[in-house]
Amino acid sequence: MLARIGDGAVNEPPASRLPAGLRLPFDPLLALATVGLMIASVVSLNKTTGALGSAHSFAMRQAVFFAVGSVIAIVMSRIDYSRLRELKYGVYGLMIAGILLVAVFGGVTKGTRRAIELPGFEVQASELCKVLLVVALSAFAVDRARGLGERDTTARLVLVAMVPATLVMASDLGTGLVYLVILLATLFVVGVGWKHFAGLIALGVISITFVLVAAPAVGVTVVKPYQVDRLTAFLNPSGVAGQAGYQQNQSRIAIGAGQKTGRGDRATQGPLKFLPEQRTDFPFAAIAERWGFVGAGLVLSLYALLIWRGLRILTVAKNLYGALIAGGIVAMLLFQVFINVGMNVGIMPITGIPLPLLSYGGSSVISTLLAIGLLQSIYAQGRATAAAKGRGRPF
Amino acid sequence: MMEPVSDRRPPITPQLALRVAIFGGFAFALFAIVFFRLWYLQVLSGDQYLAQANSNRVRVLPIPAPRGKIVDRNDKVIVENTFAAVLEIDPASLPQQERDLAAQWGSDEGRRDAKPEGHKGEPIPIPGIPTAALRARYQRLARVLDTSANQIHREVVHSLVLVPYSAVRLKTGIPRSILAYVRERPELFPGVKVSQTYVRKYPQGTLAAQLLGPVGAMTKFEAKEPRYHGLPTDASVGHNGVERAYDKYLRGKDGIQRVQVDANGRPVANSTLKNTPPAAGDRVRLSLDLGLEDAAQKAIEGPLNPGSHAGAVVALDPRSGEVLAMDSFPTFDPSIFTKQLTDARYKALTGTGKEAGPLFNRAISSAYPVGSTFKPITALAGLDAHLVTPATTVDDTGCTQVGEIKRCNAKHEQYGTIDMVKAIQVSSDVYFYKLGILEYYHGGLILQKWARKLGLGRDTGIDLPNEYAGLIPDPAWRKRLANAELACRAKRHIPADAPAAQGCGISDLRQYNLGDTVNLAIGQGDLQATPLQMAVVYSALENGGTIVTPHLGLDVESPSAELIQHLQSDPARHVAIDPADLAVVRDGLHLGASTPEGTSGDVFGTWWDQSKYPVYGKTGTATRLGRPNDQSWYAAYVPDAKRPIVVVVTVEDAGFGAAVAAPIACKVLAEYYKQDGSKCSPGSATAL
Repeated sequence: MLARIGDGAVNEPPASRLPAGLRLPFDPLLALATVGLMIASVVSLNKTTGALGSAHSFAMRQAVFFAVGSVIAIVMSRIDYSRLRELKYGVYGLMIAGILLVAVFGGVTKGTRRAIELPGFEVQASELCKVLLVVALSAFAVDRARGLGERDTTARLVLVAMVPATLVMASDLGTGLVYLVILLATLFVVGVGWKHFAGLIALGVISITFVLVAAPAVGVTVVKPYQVDRLTAFLNPSGVAGQAGYQQNQSRIAIGAGQKTGRGDRATQGPLKFLPEQRTDFPFAAIAERWGFVGAGLVLSLYALLIWRGLRILTVAKNLYGALIAGGIVAMLLFQVFINVGMNVGIMPITGIPLPLLSYGGSSVISTLLAIGLLQSIYAQGRATAAAKGRGRPF
Repeated sequence: MMEPVSDRRPPITPQLALRVAIFGGFAFALFAIVFFRLWYLQVLSGDQYLAQANSNRVRVLPIPAPRGKIVDRNDKVIVENTFAAVLEIDPASLPQQERDLAAQWGSDEGRRDAKPEGHKGEPIPIPGIPTAALRARYQRLARVLDTSANQIHREVVHSLVLVPYSAVRLKTGIPRSILAYVRERPELFPGVKVSQTYVRKYPQGTLAAQLLGPVGAMTKFEAKEPRYHGLPTDASVGHNGVERAYDKYLRGKDGIQRVQVDANGRPVANSTLKNTPPAAGDRVRLSLDLGLEDAAQKAIEGPLNPGSHAGAVVALDPRSGEVLAMDSFPTFDPSIFTKQLTDARYKALTGTGKEAGPLFNRAISSAYPVGSTFKPITALAGLDAHLVTPATTVDDTGCTQVGEIKRCNAKHEQYGTIDMVKAIQVSSDVYFYKLGILEYYHGGLILQKWARKLGLGRDTGIDLPNEYAGLIPDPAWRKRLANAELACRAKRHIPADAPAAQGCGISDLRQYNLGDTVNLAIGQGDLQATPLQMAVVYSALENGGTIVTPHLGLDVESPSAELIQHLQSDPARHVAIDPADLAVVRDGLHLGASTPEGTSGDVFGTWWDQSKYPVYGKTGTATRLGRPNDQSWYAAYVPDAKRPIVVVVTVEDAGFGAAVAAPIACKVLAEYYKQDGSKCSPGSATAL
């Protein structure tokens, strides 16, 4: 087992004239992927929804979100994430409060309660709460790291994550799944045994069976019909009447029509609005139509770079807490990218899960940038610690 | 208190390394899946999706092509095009409820229509107008267009089901004053537009009306025909007559207007899509001679048909089968189909169940017993079977015994000792009764065989739809009728041996007998033949045994009258007729039309130049059960070396053949050979 001595304080690198925070290193490749995706988003929104110049254009607003998010990310990256471990109860409480606030006061968007409406903008609390869950759950996992073989440990961690996951799932199945993925990733990275995973999977299968088969049989509707429609539409889009099948079809047509190098200004699926929800749910399809396999492939490569750097940062973290946060964030981003792009290309069901950084929306953008800031912080702390110990550069 | 757990950790543990490797491998796999899928969609099937994207955004509206003209053999225009104003309603201006209602009804009705025949059930009624505002709109329109709000609603729904985004055509051929009224009040008539369309124009009025046929949007039944495969469901096609027969030449090719639309179906401004101009339809030249057609129509409408009885005139070129004239009386103005037609007027055109209306082409679709015009067939059959010779004589005392029944000439006329030529000339029934008896006992079914060989009892193959094949009564036919009667009686629990009056009325259950053959020998009884079939028979008498296929279509020409192709009709058949036999029949026919004793001699009188244009003619007077009077027939030909012609005339309920049909035929012949037709006068012969 992992035996550790000492506390989580940072060993400062040799003195320099620069302020401490600015002397910390950052991961340039992660920054490259992040900036690249932000540029792709603004350029794409600018092309598909109107000129950048207008102050109220979506591209402009997204650019503002990016600016705010980047500031948060930079600040976060200069802070030692390890301090957050002490605030775990506060973070967890904030998360639960946020989710409950949405459930009680949230505005209804497309049939689901997702956002708190404030004057001028909405806050999708469940987006930010994903990151909070990563931070809090990792802290609890570190606390229990000694008792990894015990069923109790696994059960407690599952319970800690299942509370917000269930609350979110009640209104938004897709985002709730992200919470579950964060849980699984945390358990995986912290080193929970395979047997416990097997048990969790069995439990999952049983509850899904209950929700989909047993409950409807006795007349209790847990999953709403439209949710079933969305989940099954991708299997046979043209066969499913209604919105879900139509969206999936139009998305595939848009992507396919982009061909190798894209249709550029001759694009029709996006500009003529055959492609639905192209700012939030289908930005990837809009890019794929306009810039073709070249553009879509580049975007996917940037995501791959992001994920690769995330995994790399996991391995250079100075402590388990950092590794767990990195693991949770990487799993969260990977899941969102795969589900959203998969839904765009027609191999995943329709869910409301946004594509990190490419989907329009302040909550999603700022939460994602906060998560990336955390990754940068883990990298910075890991590098600084390694340097202090005189080990070679980890990268 | 728990000791604070430190999480400072040494370089990565093997377990974590393994798990990170698994994590990484998993991520790699997911990216690989998405990349391959993207490759498949964009690179491998990109063309297909590009096509789908284009069909998504491009709405195709037809630009109607003008239909080709129809002209007669001398280039006189029979049918051409003109413009008519059309009042249309823009479907985008209709409330969503109306469009939803149309979509729902269309899918319900489509499901019903897809069921097998017999299980379809009742047609689904169109639900009422969904909103009060729309009802008020329709009512305003209905007042202007002289129809009802519900009628407009039904038309709108039908059109929306067929082509959801195209304008709904409300009425064609609107007077100028109403157009102006509607145009000036867009607030009262929202979404109503005025556009132009081609409609057919008939410069010859009612002439040859039945041959042409109406033109209009394809019906549900036509849409299923293979000949219209690939046409849009609202394509304009010929429903009948020449317009239907030569539709593929006349139709032309509609142009295509391409409109780029957004996802809501709204047209996008300044789209740079190419339109395809329409290609006008080809000209079809008919064999009709409008001068002759006009003479035929005037003759049958005029004082020679004092009772204005229904009838038909057919004139053929006996060498080629080209139809020179074909008239069916009563007639109608074909332009009524270019305007909205009320149900009552349509019923008046189609006629009641008992009496066919003016739409009906009596020349090809009505079959009757043909009376004595059948006698040449009886004569040829008897001569061919050597049952009689030209010299065989019969003592015609006015009546003869047929089985147990005594049958007589009309008015018991006595012709004395007559041979075959004389018998045809004076139209002796006694002679042909006796020949019929001979044929029944010694010839078997030679009469039926010869009738069929010469073209009766089967389609002539004319290039017009709705031809009737007629009927030659024979033992097999009687048996079929009897079987049908028995089946019907079994179904209705009527005893098989009940008297005919209590039966189903299909058959009296008797077997074919002598009476049937004897009736057939003089063209009476159950025989049914169309005027066109008789024209084919007399063409064979003129040309010596060639059974021509009558046809109207001569050439297809480009809109600028350049020949594209000659229209081919089915090849003619040849029937071997002994020239000596034929000569006997011809003698009889010529004497019949050129001598005072002949049945139609006084029709042509002495003024007709028989040496230049010898007329070979036979009167016929057919008795039809349940009709007030006999049917008048005349079949004649002139074997002119350069311009031969066969003319057949029939007039229902008009009496003796010589009295009505023969003078009408005389008028037609006079027109053709530039004789003085005003001298054609009703004949007095009372032979059948």
